[in-house]
Parts: sequence; structure tokens; C-alpha cells
Amino acid sequence: MTVGAILAKRALLSLITLWLLSVMVFAGGQLLPGDVARAILGPLADARAVANLDRQLGLDRPLLIQYWDWISHFVLGDMGQSYVYRASVSTLVLAALGYSVKLGAVAFVLVVPLGVAGGVWAAVQAGRPIDRIISVIGMSATVVPEFVTGIILILIFGVWLKVLPITAAWPPGAGPAVQIYYLLLPSLPLVLVLFGYLARMTRAGTIEALAADYTRTAVLKGLKPHDVLWRHVLRNALLPTITVVATQVGYLMGGLVVVEILFRYPGIGSLIFAAARDKDFPLLEGSVMMIGIIYTLSALAADVLHALLNPRIRFSAAE
Amino acid sequence: MSGRWRVLLHSGTFMCGVLIVAFWTLCAIFGHLFVHFDPFEDDILNALGPPSAVHWFGTDQLGRDVFSRVVVGARDILEVAPLATALGLLLGIILGLATGYFRGLIDDAVGRVIDALLALPLVIIALLALAAIGASTLTVIVVIGVVFAPLIARTVRAAVLSERDLDYVAAARLRDEGTVHILFVEILPNIVPSIVVEATVRLGYAIFTVATLSFIGFGIQPPSPDWGLAVSQSYGLINGGIWWPVLFNTVAIASLVVGVNLAADGIQSAFDE
Repeated sequence: MTVGAILAKRALLSLITLWLLSVMVFAGGQLLPGDVARAILGPLADARAVANLDRQLGLDRPLLIQYWDWISHFVLGDMGQSYVYRASVSTLVLAALGYSVKLGAVAFVLVVPLGVAGGVWAAVQAGRPIDRIISVIGMSATVVPEFVTGIILILIFGVWLKVLPITAAWPPGAGPAVQIYYLLLPSLPLVLVLFGYLARMTRAGTIEALAADYTRTAVLKGLKPHDVLWRHVLRNALLPTITVVATQVGYLMGGLVVVEILFRYPGIGSLIFAAARDKDFPLLEGSVMMIGIIYTLSALAADVLHALLNPRIRFSAAE
Repeated sequence: MSGRWRVLLHSGTFMCGVLIVAFWTLCAIFGHLFVHFDPFEDDILNALGPPSAVHWFGTDQLGRDVFSRVVVGARDILEVAPLATALGLLLGIILGLATGYFRGLIDDAVGRVIDALLALPLVIIALLALAAIGASTLTVIVVIGVVFAPLIARTVRAAVLSERDLDYVAAARLRDEGTVHILFVEILPNIVPSIVVEATVRLGYAIFTVATLSFIGFGIQPPSPDWGLAVSQSYGLINGGIWWPVLFNTVAIASLVVGVNLAADGIQSAFDE
């Protein structure tokens, strides 16, 4: 199989995954008890008005037709109208996504070097106290919910030390530097949650590479330890890490919901939360699908990178 | 099995985790007998009092004693998270045994559905489901259990795949044992270690998720003294320097999840040896 064929197969599987996801998300929306028009118009509305609105929203049609209507518009970028905001879901989702990407980017810029450095350090010191300390800290940081670490960090840096702002809402017209300053505290809970996974995978990859034959060859032919580590070990050890980083985009999305609520940040997490609270199903379906698309694309990107960077896959494909 | 137990009892990580979890379990069961205040009783005149000799952890905005609420607050999460995990295990083991043993079309189809589910973070799936059916203790258990089921099934399936072609399974088939018998009496006992490891890791995730859902208002409902719920009711106050209703509850959540995961870590390394 060529690299192209492998990637085409993965892309096709991603499409099937997204289609199944759309069915599940749509089915989730249908579980809503009661009548959507009744929910919008309130308990005192006239029954005829409710029936009219149902017809206007197309809710009196068979489910399959409703699904087809939703998904066929969706793939063209039209996610329908929000019940609550009376605005295009696509516009709302894209605006919120812009905010979330900023927050996620700050978190990633911080966590990738930290996690890789922590993992490599732990691997080089494997079995010694430093290794144990990094592993336990990484594990603890990963398993504690984001809102818990977020609140403890707000208390320390925002309330007691007063060095960082406690909301993510920067003043209007703020430049990139000020925005990053406001995003530091919200990004830290995400950094902590991601750090453990990243450090653990990097540690495992590095230990494997340190024990490999090519590393022994490099040491025996007289290369300096520094060169062995950078040129032979890390190049191989970081391969699985790339996959982890890409799949972590998915974990990050879960954390965003909580962190954005905690810091009152208008990203896609806050949007999903508001849509779920208000039972605004077009908005909920649209924003949840967007998360699924981002996750699936990042998993696909991980596969592509892995195939391109791994000489074993690259060369076996060339045969 | 006894060898594994000896390794476990000598593992500092495992014992440390078990002690923390045991402490909170005792608080959940007997805590109400020891606290000096009724965790549900309002005392508006003494609202938001800082920690003192009378109220060790201070009082919240309704004047309720935070110490009593933290102690008794262990109860709901230690009911909901283990029950959700148990439901997930029950469904996941059945699904995993069936897909791993029969393979074929069902296996492929279930695999695709699991991939689609995994394309969403657990908190978002739960939010979507709970928004649709309404949040209560029971629905939280069901939603987390049902979402866990395919994830657990994947682990069970992998374990079944390495067992199904072994001689004892072929022998059982030749003895004309029924499929259900082969799955649950022959194969299941041999994959218990994988299931135990999976169960403890899942329990950690369940506590993480229940706490998070309670914090965003889609989990355990008032007037429960649940930790995540207490944090969501009081975290707006920390701007004004009122930290005590929040801090002790967050520390409680952090200690419980770290405890469960230390125990899980210990079990995992004991079973790997």
C-alpha cells in the first residue's frame, strides 16, 4: 500500500466516523422531552401558535427528512438558526471557535516543550527519584479536574499574589501581548491536564529508544552522549509523542468547556454550555459537531504526520 | 493472585491511594455522626464567617458549616461514581466478550460507533445527553455508565482476542459447552486482571466527570453538600477574598481523585509484573 492509499483509507474512515457522530448528535437532539416550539414560546402560548412555529421550524416533518435537511445544509456550512440568539449557528460557532483557538494555542505553546522536557528528563533519570517525582506530579496534574486546579490557581495567582487577572476578558482593543497575559491563568489548568499524558508518552518513547540497538551502536562508535541523545534517541522517541499531541487536541476540547465557564471566556466551550442550558438544539448540535470535526481532523493529522515521519512506514510504502 | 496481593500491600503508591479513598469512604458513611453541625441547616446571621474555633472551615453564604458539608459531601460522589463505573463494567464486559469472541460484522460496526463516540470528550457527550434527558443522580449514573461501556468493551475485547484461540477455549467448544458458558465461565475468569485495572482507572475518570458535571450544574443537584456543587455555588465569591467555602471543597476533590489514581497506578504495576 502506498502512503497515499493509507491516507485515503484513513480519510474515508474519518468521514464514516463523522457521519455516525452526526447521527448520534441528531438523535441526542431528538431525545428532548416535549415540544421545541412550546419551549421557545412558553407555557402560556396558544396551541395554534405552537403548531405554527413547529411547522415554520420544520419540526412536523418525518425525522429522516429533518436529518437530511440538517446534514445536507451542514456540509455546505449552513448549520441552521439558533433558537435563543435568533442568529446563524455558523456565525456564532466560528466566532466562539476563534476565541477557543487562542486559548488552546497558548496552552499548547506552554505544554509541548514542558511535557517533552519532563518526559525526556524522567527517561534519562529512569528509576531515580526525579523520575518518580515527575511521574507522580504528572499523574496527579492529569487526573484532577480542570475546575479544581483552575480555582486553586486563581486563588494563588489572582487573589493572594495578585499577579495575574482572574477573568479571561481582556480590555477592548488589547494587543496580542495583553491578550496572552490575560490567557495565561486560564491556560494553566489545561497545561496541567495535558502535561501528564505528554510526559508519560515521551518518557516511554525515550526509554524505548535509549534501549534500542541503534543507540548502542551510536554510543559504541564513540559519539558524545549529547549527540546520541539529540540525533539518535530523540528523533525516534518523539515520533509517538507527535501522535499524542494531535490526539490531545480532543482532550483539550473537553477541558475548554470547564475552563471557559470558570473564567467566563466566550469560546466554544461556553457556547456549548449555554446551548445545553437553554436547550438550544441547533446551536448545541452545530457546536458539538464542530468539536467532533476538529478532533477527527487532528487524529487524521496525527496519522499523516506519523506516516510521513516514520521511515518504516515511508519505506515500506515505497516498495 | 496471592503474589499480586503481596506486591500490592508492599506498594507505597497503592497503600497511599487506598488510605485516602478509605478516609473519604468512612466520611461518606459515618461522617454525619461526628460533625458538630447539621450540614443542611441555614444560619443566615452567621453567613460567610471565616474559619474559626467554632467553624473550622468557616461558613458558606447560607451560614452552613463548611467543615460538616465537606465531610458529608463525600457521600454523593462516592455513590454516583462507583455505580456509574459498575454499570459501565456490566455493559462493557458483555459487549466486549461478544465482540471479541464473535468478531465479524458486529465487531466492525461496534468499533466504528466507539470511534465516533471517542471523537467527543466525555464531558461534552454527558452535557449533550443530560441536556436532553435532564440532570439527576440517576441520569448522571446512566449517562456515564453508558458512555463508559464501549470504552471498557474495547479493553475487554482486546483481552478476549488473546484468549479466544487458546486450547482451553477449543476444548470447551469440543465438550459442547454453550457459548454463554464459554464466555462467562471459561474466558471471563482469565481476563479479570485487565478488567480490574480498567475498572480502577475508569473509577478515577468517573469521579473526575461527576465532579466536573456537578460544577457546571449538570450533575448532583442542590441541596446536596457535594463538593463540585459547593464549588459552583461559591466560586464567584473568591474575587471578594472569600476563599474558604471553595478551597476546602477543591482540596477534597483533588485528594479523592489523586487517591483513586494512586491506587489504580499501584494495581496496574502490580498486575504488569
